[in-house]
Amino acid sequence: MEDLVTGAAQIPAAPARSRPQTGDGAPILSMRHVTKVFGGKVMALEGMSLDIHEGDFVSLLGPSGCGKSTALRLVAGLIRPTSGRIDWGGGQQKGDIGVVFQEPTLMPWATVAQNVWLPLRLRGKSFRSVEADVKEALDLVGLGNFLDAYPRELSGGMKMRVSIARALVTRPRLILMDEPFAALDEITRHKLNDDLLALRARIGATIVFVTHSVFESVFLSNRIVVMAARPGRVLTELAVEAPYPRADEYRSTPDYAHHCGAATAALHQAMGEG
Amino acid sequence: MTATQEAEEAVFVFDAEEAARARQRRMERFGRWALPIIVVALTIWGWDRVIVSNNIPHYILPRPGLVLETLIKDWPILLNALLVTLQTTVLALAVAVIGGVGLAVLFTQSKFIEMSFYPYAVILQVTPVVSIAPLIFIYVDSKTVGLLICAWIVAFFPILSNTTLGLNSADHNLRDLFRIYGASRWQQLRLLRLPAALPYFLGGLRIAGGLALIGSVVAEYVAGTGGVGSGLAFTILEAGYRLNIPRMFAALLLIAGVGVVIFMALSFLSWALLHKWHESALKREV
Ligand SMILES: Nc1ncnc2c1ncn2[C@@H]1O[C@H](COP(=O)(O)OP(=O)(O)O)[C@@H](O)[C@H]1O
Ligand SMILES: [Mg+2]
Repeated sequence: MEDLVTGAAQIPAAPARSRPQTGDGAPILSMRHVTKVFGGKVMALEGMSLDIHEGDFVSLLGPSGCGKSTALRLVAGLIRPTSGRIDWGGGQQKGDIGVVFQEPTLMPWATVAQNVWLPLRLRGKSFRSVEADVKEALDLVGLGNFLDAYPRELSGGMKMRVSIARALVTRPRLILMDEPFAALDEITRHKLNDDLLALRARIGATIVFVTHSVFESVFLSNRIVVMAARPGRVLTELAVEAPYPRADEYRSTPDYAHHCGAATAALHQAMGEG
Repeated sequence: MTATQEAEEAVFVFDAEEAARARQRRMERFGRWALPIIVVALTIWGWDRVIVSNNIPHYILPRPGLVLETLIKDWPILLNALLVTLQTTVLALAVAVIGGVGLAVLFTQSKFIEMSFYPYAVILQVTPVVSIAPLIFIYVDSKTVGLLICAWIVAFFPILSNTTLGLNSADHNLRDLFRIYGASRWQQLRLLRLPAALPYFLGGLRIAGGLALIGSVVAEYVAGTGGVGSGLAFTILEAGYRLNIPRMFAALLLIAGVGVVIFMALSFLSWALLHKWHESALKREV
């Protein structure tokens, strides 16, 4: 089921918003000392500061309960910070984002195409007017032939691809992914990791990716933000300089092993074992 | 998708267990139709035998043949009564759907409305309709309207409670997604909550269909008086006064028949609306 070709090979390159690059220019998102307290007593996130630049692939890595999802929900505007600020580049009030949850979160009563149409539909676009965009987003995740399928007909990995296509279809400035592949088997996960990087190279997306897998974070990202729990906070940040595109072979390089070691050590420290 | 499945099936060897299972499936398919027919036929035959061997007079328990004869002979009267009962039932069900779904939507739009009015819905539901019906017929002049109100009271609650449950059952991540993309209340209702509520609503509707029939029959009993526009329940009452037992049976048969037809129609509706996507309507192997 998972041997689907990513659209990368088939469609001509879309003009990327910008080359993936890090560290220069104004950040598209800036979190400053953001704290979130639930119900007056649960400190879910304490004093988190983070700048996201165009083209970044930032992983939030940490044990469960360290506030990773809370950080994403804050960025998505679903909850407000108790204190601190979240600013968007260009003085925007609200982020232009796409979201992928841990579950595919598709509407079971709607076809694949209708599910991907949803974000545009909610903005008042008729299906006819955006049919090409929907098709393109699905081509990008290798599901161009499944427009009329219902979610139940798809495997877990394919559903996740639909979910990613839905996040892409508005061409957002920032894509938030909350442990999107955590529920998938190892082989499917590897494949989706590879495809995600290929996809990112093609459309130049900026991504914040939550995971509790060291290997996933090293393979995918150029920055790994290691978080600790009770209270949820940023412990340290690691850089993975290896250039993109990273293919499957990157997983067998010494550089990869080195970064995995460093990230694992940081994670142990985060869990109070180091 | 289907192509791959077919290919997979072709590759599998048809082992002994599979063969047994296939046999079982064939038997089940046959039994689904044959068994009810056989059992009903046996029951009718047994009923007939009991009457003949015990010499039971027809004004106490009629033979099946006599019931059928009456059904044909009295068809004009019975058909009229059937149409009246059916009309009350269908109208009551329609009003119950409008009222139940409407209230459920209102409840989910405002917690305060729900808190204020839910108790009334529960009180209406738990009070036996036979005890309210006499009052209704005192205050409402039109008998038709009275019958309708009684049937509605019985039928609307399952629709209200199931639809409310369904509207609130939409996946919370999907709700977040709708919020992120700035969906309006109306969009949320139409594209998320109502479709999510559909299976629950249809479950409620199937219960309500049966209840609407019961409600209208019970109300007819209470309303009692004859004249124009009398339904099947009144036909039974009247036939009872005249000791016309075969006609009682014929009318009873029709009421049961209407109930079965309503249930089957609503089950079909449910299948038609859900079979493409909902678990309850999917055929599963093994
Ligand atoms: N809505 C909420 N109300 C109360 N506590 C919450 C809520 N959301 C998260 N928390 C708490 O905040 C902490 C961080 O949660 P979360 O951000 O989900 O962690 P993670 O995604 O890293 O596993 C946890 O202790 C969790 O129980
Ligand atoms: Mg989480």
